Amino acid sequence: MSHLQPLGLLVFANPHLMSLGIPDLAIIAIYFVLVLGLGLYLRRFAGTSEDFFMAGRQMTAWVAGLSFISANLGSLEMMGYAAATYQYGVLVAHAYWIGAIPAILFLALVMLPFYYICKTHSVPGYLRLRYNESSRLLSAMSFVVMTVLMSGINMYSMAVVMKVILGWNINFSIWVSSLTVGLYVMAGGLLSAIFNEVLQFFLIWLGCLIIPVAGLIETGGWSGMLRRIQSNFPGQDFTHLWSVTGSFSSNAMGVHWTGIVFGWGLAIAFGYWTTDFLVVQRVLAAKDLRSAQMGTIIGAFLKMLVPAIVILPGLLALAVLPYHLQPESQAGLPGVHTYNEALPLMLARYCGPGLLGLGVTALVAGFMSGMAGNVSAFATVWTYDVYKPLIRKRATDKECLAMGRWCSLLGIFISIGTAYLVMNFSSIIIYAQAVFVFFIVPMFGTVILGMMWKRITPAAGFWGLLAGILTSFLLWLWVKLDPSALHLVAFSGDAKDMAENLYRAVWSLLANVVVTLVVSFFTKPKPDHELEGLVYGLTKVPSASGYPFFQRPVTWAAAVLGVLILLNVFFW
Amino acid sequence: MPGHAIPVWFFIGALFLVYGVLIFGVGIYQIFVPPVGTVVLANLHLTLWWGLAMTAIGLIYVIRFWPSRRR
Repeated sequence: MSHLQPLGLLVFANPHLMSLGIPDLAIIAIYFVLVLGLGLYLRRFAGTSEDFFMAGRQMTAWVAGLSFISANLGSLEMMGYAAATYQYGVLVAHAYWIGAIPAILFLALVMLPFYYICKTHSVPGYLRLRYNESSRLLSAMSFVVMTVLMSGINMYSMAVVMKVILGWNINFSIWVSSLTVGLYVMAGGLLSAIFNEVLQFFLIWLGCLIIPVAGLIETGGWSGMLRRIQSNFPGQDFTHLWSVTGSFSSNAMGVHWTGIVFGWGLAIAFGYWTTDFLVVQRVLAAKDLRSAQMGTIIGAFLKMLVPAIVILPGLLALAVLPYHLQPESQAGLPGVHTYNEALPLMLARYCGPGLLGLGVTALVAGFMSGMAGNVSAFATVWTYDVYKPLIRKRATDKECLAMGRWCSLLGIFISIGTAYLVMNFSSIIIYAQAVFVFFIVPMFGTVILGMMWKRITPAAGFWGLLAGILTSFLLWLWVKLDPSALHLVAFSGDAKDMAENLYRAVWSLLANVVVTLVVSFFTKPKPDHELEGLVYGLTKVPSASGYPFFQRPVTWAAAVLGVLILLNVFFW
Repeated sequence: MPGHAIPVWFFIGALFLVYGVLIFGVGIYQIFVPPVGTVVLANLHLTLWWGLAMTAIGLIYVIRFWPSRRR
């Protein structure tokens, strides 16, 4: 699940972009058999709640890192960003670079030690330890609602994609893929989800890498591709990250660099990557703190590479497609292909029987990895942060395990219900993306202030979180009711939807921080002994100085940061 | 991962190997019976090469992480 998915409402123009042969269907069938078999095999290793929810905390850095990034790499995100690249160019890569890498590295170096040392089972669980039960419940309930909502939306969207690209029945796609995920997560818990996510990561790359490889061969390399883009779209700039963001009107996305840096790079990215339990859960399953940190840094490096299979196909579509793709509003007109079809069209362009099955399996794998992430995170937060504190305080380990298994399946059924709800009220998709920003951004402010300063009080944690959520919601409502308010919220009437989201995130974070600080000054902090292992200055973080410099997390984080800077300079 | 579990890398290798053999076979078949349709760069036989690469990677992983070798 991505934090800002650009695919939006799914409207496609042409039914059945591809048709699959027997080898393609065999590849898809083998995949389903393997993931189910893997889930059943791993069931024997999920005998306690710690095994089921935290995979026994035995993952190596590579497995944790691959799973961390795979849970985020959904197929709708891939199709959506390829489509957005066709529309806006390389500018979209901000989502993968400044909109992710600094936040992931910050998680690895600064925040993970606290999450890991306090042995929390979830991010809401950390809030209970650091603040109080009210903060935990507010964050757990919002997470549970958001998770099943986003999961249902992704499920429905994926089914629509499969229907349009392959002609598959929507009900068939929804039930078969989601029940498969439900069964393997129910059987093996987080371990099964992680194993499958690692598998899915390789499948996604293998299936999608065909496009950039073949595309660059066809265009004669990078410079050949740029020449073709310039020839197809004279006078338009598709290859710069920063030089087109000096004003809202100088780029098609309608964003200013301040919105990208502070809204995307700070508020949204830090909110999502450091506090969304969907991704954090993967690295908390690592066997020790150093593995968790290295896994996260490996995840950052892999995230930085994702544009090769998402952004590059969008650019190649600009270069090689013999017609111009059109906005979704043109869908349905004869002979018209829309932006959303960029990735499937490129897949169909280069992949014959066999490879096509691999590409489609990559899309299905992307969907299932995101879904498994949602389900396992939902099961953990529900069991530890809602069921145990609210419904059955004396639940035994066996009862928690049973609850985890059943609510994995329950999460799937609720998501399926949401998918059918979305089918009838498609505007929910637009609202859900806005709602996602409401909850995720202020969480970062609440968590980081609590981690860094012992003076922040339990009451401040709750009220700061609530203030951030309400600020985001009220600003969104204000612009909905009075569109002219956009120039106040986003500093320009030229700002587009994306820019509005970015600035709303900044306001939300600001409100969260201000209220948290103000309330802290008027209320009583927790005594030091209750904050040990939770707050900077009161937590003994193991030092990596015993390792050679090339085995230290900070060394590799610096290397990833260096590559990030080089990429930004190259595409300036 | 649990010490006594078959490593995930073995499963990845097995999947690559099965897919690789299947796709490579299709690639061979397509040399003699080219696919109908408009696949660009069909003359490069991407299916065959992709299948071959997957088979090789799969084989390496399966051998390297074969369960009995770790017990």
